[in-house]
Amino acid sequence: MAEATATGTTSEEWQPKIVMFCCNWCSYGGADSAGMGRFQQPPTVRVIRVMCSGRMDPVFILNAFLEGADGVIFSGCHIGDCHYVNGNYKATIKYKFLKAMVNELGLEDERLKLDWISASEGERYANVVTEFTEQIKKVGPSPLKPEGVV
Amino acid sequence: MENEEPRIGVFVCECGVNIGGYLDTQAVADYALTLPNVVHTKVNKFTCADSGQAEIQAGIKEHNLNRVVVASCTPRTHEPTFRACCKEAGVNPYQFEFVNIRDQCSWIHMWDWEGATAKAKDLVRMGVARSRLLEPLDESSVPVDQNVLVIGAGVAGMQAAIDFGDMGYNVYLVEKGPSIGGRMARFDKVFPTNDCSICILGPKMVEVARNKNINIMSYSEVTDVDGFVGNFEVTVLHKPRYLDTDICTGCGACQEVCPVELPSEFNENFGIRKAIYIPFPQAVPMRAVLDKDNCIGCKACEKACEAGAIRYDQEPIYEKLKVGVITVAVGMDAFDPLPHNNYGYGLYDNVITTMEFERLLNAAGPTGGHVVRPSDAVEPITVGFINCVGSRDVNENIYCSGGVCCMFSIKNAQLLKEKRPETNHYIFYMDIRSTMRGFEEAYNRARDLGVKFIRGKPVEITEKENGNIVVRVEDTLKGEIVNVELDLLVLGTGLVPNEGISEMGSILKLPRSADGFLTELHPKLAPVDTTTDGVFVAGCAAGPRDIAYATAHGSATAGRATRLLSVGSAPIMGITARIDEDKCVVCGVCVDKCPYGVFEIVGTNGDRRINVVEALCKGCGTCVTACPTGALEQSHFKNDQVLAQVRNVFQYGGE
Repeated sequence: MAEATATGTTSEEWQPKIVMFCCNWCSYGGADSAGMGRFQQPPTVRVIRVMCSGRMDPVFILNAFLEGADGVIFSGCHIGDCHYVNGNYKATIKYKFLKAMVNELGLEDERLKLDWISASEGERYANVVTEFTEQIKKVGPSPLKPEGVV
Repeated sequence: MENEEPRIGVFVCECGVNIGGYLDTQAVADYALTLPNVVHTKVNKFTCADSGQAEIQAGIKEHNLNRVVVASCTPRTHEPTFRACCKEAGVNPYQFEFVNIRDQCSWIHMWDWEGATAKAKDLVRMGVARSRLLEPLDESSVPVDQNVLVIGAGVAGMQAAIDFGDMGYNVYLVEKGPSIGGRMARFDKVFPTNDCSICILGPKMVEVARNKNINIMSYSEVTDVDGFVGNFEVTVLHKPRYLDTDICTGCGACQEVCPVELPSEFNENFGIRKAIYIPFPQAVPMRAVLDKDNCIGCKACEKACEAGAIRYDQEPIYEKLKVGVITVAVGMDAFDPLPHNNYGYGLYDNVITTMEFERLLNAAGPTGGHVVRPSDAVEPITVGFINCVGSRDVNENIYCSGGVCCMFSIKNAQLLKEKRPETNHYIFYMDIRSTMRGFEEAYNRARDLGVKFIRGKPVEITEKENGNIVVRVEDTLKGEIVNVELDLLVLGTGLVPNEGISEMGSILKLPRSADGFLTELHPKLAPVDTTTDGVFVAGCAAGPRDIAYATAHGSATAGRATRLLSVGSAPIMGITARIDEDKCVVCGVCVDKCPYGVFEIVGTNGDRRINVVEALCKGCGTCVTACPTGALEQSHFKNDQVLAQVRNVFQYGGE
């Protein structure tokens, strides 16, 4: 199946694979809005929906890196707009912890990103994806990626 | 159920060409069939259509499916549809999994067939992996309190309150201002039929007051909303009017004697009001209100009040209400051209806004219906109107205010022309948007009356010594620059979100769109629903609207909300937190983390345990992440279910 995947050999340039966790109410809606507005972006991101950024378990993110993610974004509602009062605030606390863990794993800081994207910010969503993809391309493939994984 | 071997059916939607035109749906379906436990796949032209749903149900029967995966648009709009379809065919709705390959794939990689197809395969693989672990869940329901809260008593909120009241439900109608009526009470006449605004609104205001099921809470604000669908706990602040509203008769004797004169907000700061005043002649409730910030404490009003209603020591009162459903109709503001001095507003006396013009035109207004210009109180002969002020402007707001300001200018020019035929009128416009019924006819009527339309956006406004205003504009139809000298210039200001909307959004957990207005659940198919169950939105709170549109939406919220009220119960999602008491050590971390008070520690010493009130759980899952022992799990978003997706983003190249 290697040739059929986005990270495969069909395009000349190396394409990273990014796991993105989106909260149901804002960021997943933002991703949909990007679609509705047809804001084009590289096909590097695989979105996983959780109800709230507060559900973001560090285990999910560390697992993503161990499985081979070149980068991970997690995203929720803007601070003050959380559908569940303040889950996004709790996510920031985990982000600080995760930033430290990412370094411990021997990964570069730039591979983990936290961003707030509202359901109406389709264009911004596309920009975040595009810019993060560029950033990861500069850093290169994750050194943690198990051999043979695409 | 756990022993049952998963038998998964994967249905890939082409969505016409929305998906099928940008990635290889057949290849995605073929790939899905190679995945473990997938026993059936099918590509549908439109999976959500009757035929597509029939194909899902046929698949379930023929292949004895116990799980269904649909790869199509987005769960935000179509998950309920497919869940219902599965339920009908005997598959638990929670063993249905949605894979988003349109909004988040085909539409955003329109020119990358290979990339989009590969991504769709990855997404399907992730969905199938999750589907394998999904457990059947029961949906429960909660009782719905039979009281209703309507926030905002403009025309939309009033209509909602009347409809709720007429259907027999008890309504709390909370209005920030001292009278109900909203913006419409300030208009002179309303387009396209040019009937007198207060003549049609006044009876409706009285109807609200007379309705036995409506409790008007004027001069009050909603400060907090707690709870969930069917069971909201609302805190309302009753601001002190500094008089006993049960005794006050609204005679107005107090305002006669009050020595403090202030600009009248109702008259757009033309004319004056007193520190104690009746909001306007048709106010409901017809009660005075004392503006304590500007009161000098002379007590003249107390002496003048024969009823003895004045209470200088009144305090704010907070009241708690229990309601089942909420309509939000907090309305809009007119765009304020003052901060940027758009078109010389604030710099030149004879540049005014549409709302100011409206009050000048009104027979009950500060000038008795004589339109005069502010610099010298002379009745103008030549009047200009600029449309799209603060709208369709990259420096202010990019959106169009829905044709409201176009029609405003057309109506106002017409009314003044009819009143004083010797006047001349120019309307400077970019496009005339006369989209609704009767609007085009009103536009033609204005042309027939001699109102001149100049297509162009004015570039320069100057003031002459006599106070006249000169508008420099390119008439883009003629292709020439013209300078038009006017006695009075009126700015057709657009509609902007109400200043309190951000706070209201936070209180009710409602998202706002890029334009600042509240976001509906779906712009087309759920235009008055919101992302918060049991909360509905009407009128200009959700975007620029005219009166007919706002009224219809007010009624619509009553209709949508009554579905819950009349049944008396509301379904709640099965994605709540569950506790494994064998693993729980009663550390209490979840108690602090939960914003809804789902968890409480009960019992003492050796008997201590966590009690979970499932009805309060909204399913965010924050507690699960916080739980140090793994005793908590969120149904439908269990750790292993999410991790299955994470792991299946990737695969070994040789697989």
